[in-house]
Amino acid sequence: MQLSREQLLQAYRRMATIRAFEERLHDVIATGEVAGFTHLYCGQEAVAVGVCEHLDTEDKIVSTHRGHGHCLAKGCDVQGMMKEIWGSTEGLCKGKGGSMHIADVDKGMLGANGIVGAGAPIAVGAALSNKLDGEGRVAIAFSGDGACNQGTTFEAMNMAVVTNAPCIFVFENNHYSEHTGDDYAVGTANDIASRAEAFGMRVWRADGCDFFAVYETMRELLEYVRAGNGPAAVEFDTERFYGHFEGDPQNYRGDGELDRIRKERDCLQIFRQRVSEAGLLETDALDELDKAAHADVEAAVEAARAAPRPTAEDVLTDVYVTY
Amino acid sequence: MAEMMYRDAVRETIREEMARDESVVVLGEDVVGGMGTAGGPEAIGGIWSTSTGLFEQFGASRVIDTPISESAIVGTAGGLALSGKRPVAELMFADFIGVSLDQLWNQIGKFRYMFGGKTRCPAVIRMAYGGGYNAAAQHSQCVHQILTGMPGLKVVMPSTPEDVRGLLRTAIRGDDPVMFLEHKALYGVSGEVPEGDYTIPFGHARQVTAGEDVTVVATGMMVGVAEAAAERMAEDGIGVDLLDLRTTSPMDEEAILDSVEVTGRLVIVDEAPPRCNLATDIAALVARKAFSSLRAPVEMVTAPHSPVPFALELEQAYLPSDDQVEAAVRKTLDYR
Repeated sequence: MQLSREQLLQAYRRMATIRAFEERLHDVIATGEVAGFTHLYCGQEAVAVGVCEHLDTEDKIVSTHRGHGHCLAKGCDVQGMMKEIWGSTEGLCKGKGGSMHIADVDKGMLGANGIVGAGAPIAVGAALSNKLDGEGRVAIAFSGDGACNQGTTFEAMNMAVVTNAPCIFVFENNHYSEHTGDDYAVGTANDIASRAEAFGMRVWRADGCDFFAVYETMRELLEYVRAGNGPAAVEFDTERFYGHFEGDPQNYRGDGELDRIRKERDCLQIFRQRVSEAGLLETDALDELDKAAHADVEAAVEAARAAPRPTAEDVLTDVYVTY
Repeated sequence: MAEMMYRDAVRETIREEMARDESVVVLGEDVVGGMGTAGGPEAIGGIWSTSTGLFEQFGASRVIDTPISESAIVGTAGGLALSGKRPVAELMFADFIGVSLDQLWNQIGKFRYMFGGKTRCPAVIRMAYGGGYNAAAQHSQCVHQILTGMPGLKVVMPSTPEDVRGLLRTAIRGDDPVMFLEHKALYGVSGEVPEGDYTIPFGHARQVTAGEDVTVVATGMMVGVAEAAAERMAEDGIGVDLLDLRTTSPMDEEAILDSVEVTGRLVIVDEAPPRCNLATDIAALVARKAFSSLRAPVEMVTAPHSPVPFALELEQAYLPSDDQVEAAVRKTLDYR
């Protein structure tokens, strides 16, 4: 596999944007400026970007409640997202959804989801729709090690196999379902992919902190699914840099754990190291992308602060198309 | 006009809609039936015979036989609808909404709102509901009282083959998620059905019998129960204005209020248990908006606050009867 310089720059830029977006939210949420529950994707950027860099608009994704990364990787507008998180009428969902429900169907992003495990059946439907249209498009269900324990996920996996749906179950194992470790909650000895395998799917496993491992795995997996071989699954080993939600005291973490994963398992640093060692991108170019990402996010925050607010009349709009 | 059975009205309407719009897709447990068996596909053709022959005509890609996975059935319908298809999913029994409720309530009913109106979710979820089959507590229930309170869903309860055709066309062609509730005891009932491609708009009640003495409101199988009582009382010169709501969300409030303004008396017949059901909802509506028209307390004829029982005698006692409707009507007339 060899990514072009442009592809490498774009991938890093997207990862850097997610990181900057989430770090900035972490700061503003602490001040109380943003309301609601927010679940940050920091640490897992390589998964969303490594998956979505292979997709186009007609390929659908269904996300989780840790969904900002998936949205940004699928091409959702940074300002539209920030305005949504602020609750503005100019947000991607006009302030009706917020952090846990950001969606942009026109971009093939069928929604973050506040219910753990609810997305997988929806992805099967999107996959069957793509199958009907017959052009090799797929749908992806992002799920975590929490959602892998929900019955909906099991139902969806079996349904996808039975209907030969071009559906891909991407399990991001960040080792915590909310505040509980996978050592405890994932009964198959931390092995989620084996569950998908048991449903009759071909499965892959890779390091989710290594963009190149994710990207290469997905290239192979997508080739298999797009060829009409039915659904497939992949488990990525990844890390969650923040708590389950913003404000989570994280007293369940081990001594030095957060420092260790940031030092040893930061997917952006691993990307930088790889491209530098291989002489593919210069540090300056990467620094420029970091700066640009921060500038974009800062502009989005400023735009969100200035964006129009909804009024009480907006409560009753868009409940139905007609009623 | 042609004579048609309720179940055939369901199936033939789906068939026609699939033929006129290739985005219409059917899915559910045994909607094909016999998949993976020696008997082969369509050995069953849907346990209610509401999908017989569709597989043969439209093929496996548009008539999707699913495992027993109600959450996945509804969720898959949601994903299809978000992607531009018009799924018509079947929950074999309405009681099974229990295992699929998150997908109904938190997902397909809320997509449009949560996504700021930027999507449509034209999913129709059909389900067989209601008592009278000795099917006991988990295969006999009404669910409209649960679904009607969920913003984002529309709830349809046809009582005749004619209404099945008109309302199901509206459901499939519409752009909102619709819960299409088919009463099991009505599947075998025949009725006159107009020719042609007619539709019936949601939120418009049907006047079943006209009268100026008492307003009776009913849905589904209760329409026939109330009609029997109304016909009997007509012989005694009692005029019942019987309204079949057809849809409970949206609901034709105007028809109810207009009628009560004339009659001053209201009996609501609801096959659901008495708490937080359609009868309490309509009683509250009339108390708020037609209080000064009322000449007697509102009467409610409902199932009791118990699960649906099995034994013949028990289920007969459980289900609202025409005698109960008649007694309730006479009670409102005897008031003062």
